[in-house]
Amino acid sequence: MMEQTERRVISVIVMNEASVLSRIAGLFSGRGYNIESLTVAPIPESKYSRITIVTAGSVRVVEQITKQLHKLIPVLKVYEHADLVETEMALVKIPMNESLGDIEALTHAYNGRIVNVGSDTMIVMISDEPMRVNHFLEAIKRFHPKEIVRSGSVALER
Amino acid sequence: MQISGAQMVIEALIAEEVEVVFGYPGGAIMNVYDEIYKQRSFQHILTRHEQAAVHAAEGYAKATGKVGVAMITSGPGFTNGVTGLADAYMDSIPLVLISGQVPMSLIGTDAFQEIDAVGISRPCTKHNYLVTDAADLPRILKEAFYIARTGRPGPVHVDIPKDVTAQIAKFDYSKEVELETYKPTTKGNTRQIKKAIDAIAASKRPLLYLGGGIINANAAELVREFSKMTQIPAVETFMARGTLRYDDPLLISMLGMHGSYAANMAMSETDLVIGLGARFDDRVTGKLSEFAKNAQIIHVDIDPASISKLVNAHFPIVGDVKNVLEQMIPLAQEQIDPKRYESWHNTIANFNKLHPLSYKEEGDRLKPQWVVERIGQLLGDGANISTDVGQHQMWTAQFYPFTRPRQWVSSGGLGTMGFGFPAALGVKRADMERVSINITGDGSILMNIQELMTAVEYKLPVINVILNNNFLGMVRQWQTLFYDKRHSSTDLSMQPDFVKLAEAFGGVGYRVNTKEEFDAALKDAVEKNVVAIIDVVVNRFENVLPMVPAGGSLFNMMLEYKEK
Repeated sequence: MMEQTERRVISVIVMNEASVLSRIAGLFSGRGYNIESLTVAPIPESKYSRITIVTAGSVRVVEQITKQLHKLIPVLKVYEHADLVETEMALVKIPMNESLGDIEALTHAYNGRIVNVGSDTMIVMISDEPMRVNHFLEAIKRFHPKEIVRSGSVALER
Repeated sequence: MQISGAQMVIEALIAEEVEVVFGYPGGAIMNVYDEIYKQRSFQHILTRHEQAAVHAAEGYAKATGKVGVAMITSGPGFTNGVTGLADAYMDSIPLVLISGQVPMSLIGTDAFQEIDAVGISRPCTKHNYLVTDAADLPRILKEAFYIARTGRPGPVHVDIPKDVTAQIAKFDYSKEVELETYKPTTKGNTRQIKKAIDAIAASKRPLLYLGGGIINANAAELVREFSKMTQIPAVETFMARGTLRYDDPLLISMLGMHGSYAANMAMSETDLVIGLGARFDDRVTGKLSEFAKNAQIIHVDIDPASISKLVNAHFPIVGDVKNVLEQMIPLAQEQIDPKRYESWHNTIANFNKLHPLSYKEEGDRLKPQWVVERIGQLLGDGANISTDVGQHQMWTAQFYPFTRPRQWVSSGGLGTMGFGFPAALGVKRADMERVSINITGDGSILMNIQELMTAVEYKLPVINVILNNNFLGMVRQWQTLFYDKRHSSTDLSMQPDFVKLAEAFGGVGYRVNTKEEFDAALKDAVEKNVVAIIDVVVNRFENVLPMVPAGGSLFNMMLEYKEK
């Protein structure tokens, strides 16, 4: 019996201290959980950091992940519910010989802009929901992107 | 008070009322050992291997319920200790391991005896610390002891670079510890408990499923009270042996892979499992989809992650099992009619009659099960029992007449061969009044045999009883049953003379072939009061039965094996 697997976003508040990231990454690899993306940064003016993990698993697995995260000593809170506002950023390097106007229009539609222009290439940045980032990366293909980097999701509960 | 990091370690151990440290010195931990030399507050026991130091601390912790303490050096000292950490983690044993590390300035340079110790211990500890400033040391040590013994207990590892042990800083050891991110739930949810009691009162065939958490929580007395009051029959996991007395009419037996037929059938027929501090381990459940198929599940555990991890709980209760039982007992007294389960008792009695745990005496050779029973008859409550891992371990769990919690010390989760002897040293140190027996095999005993020296030096007269079948018996059994008798690398006919071996270290040794010789040897070893090896020649091809083959269903047991 295969259980239904679905994409889940888990937001974790942890003490901002050495090796906390490896505790979390180690928990996922050690117990065979999947990490699609992971971001971490300190929460300003506090002793905490927020880690946003995108994973996939059945309801049972995600419940187990949440409990195991709670068990780690430096973990303060774990948010695991659907009602999160989620955003991701992407940078794309495009050759200069493509149509600047078309690129700018497309980028604009995804809350983005051109952030760097060099002699041979330019870099555009967009920031949007992960699904829309996918759409953008599909659409930008016709401008022959040379390199793409995605930030991974950040999320905040409503 | 301005003192060195090394002195802080000593002061912290004194403040935690530690009476014994098991350890092995080396370069990176020398500053601390220098302070150990100068103090008289606790004993340091020098084991002959770091792994044994950690196992001895585990044995001590299991026998006393206190936090065991071990101390080792960096690099190979530390890696030798890792098996002990992993063992303590799997069996929820409260432990603090202090290891030396190369100086801060050398960390990351591949220095002599450097290894990323906290990187290695992370997945096999409840928590770990690398101390980077002596000023943090008092807080970290306080937290280490607190985390090790509270909630679901477990090992905590503190790695201290050599320069930090030399550094002078303020020592302020607080009485209380408050961790913002760690607050274990200890009281059970009242509404859930009420619902659980209602379910018990409505059930026809309830079954107590007792786990090792009961021993950790010192809740065995309450379990005895609860089962007597409600007349609900009980099965014990391997880890829970001794919760109920062996002769308690309500105790069916151990369940699981080598549990009794009656225990496994009761679990298959029950309509309500009352799980107390047990974790539905694969060696207990067999095939999950067939496990307690007809039952609802009440699951009491201090670790929320253990609840509904493998088997969905209808009544999850997070809390310390002792507190939860205290909450349950008055409600049970009002609501549960102990006469209600009489026909269930009859059913179980029939299971017991049909296939009791037993063995056949045949041929000239002693049966290993007889040896275990005989130790029980001769020493009973007067012995604490440790084991190594394998057939002898299962026979001991099946046949020893356990009478009290903490009488039984064995490596359950990790299944560590070489655990028994050092653990039995720790047990002896904790309880000098009773005889400390390590029931072992001819494979396991050689995995920490060097501890004969520790036992002689510190006058810890452990009696090792080898059930010697010239085989790595449990693997041989699986090879016989599932690998068409291809006994690959399990024949241990090449053996030392165990009698001379014991004598070489200053202990006593006996080679035993008959019942009379066994009785005489055990009596003599107890009287001599020095470390002993009793090498008992037993039937070579005896199997541990009954058996649920790995992945099989509990109700589908192999009850006997006939040579084909």
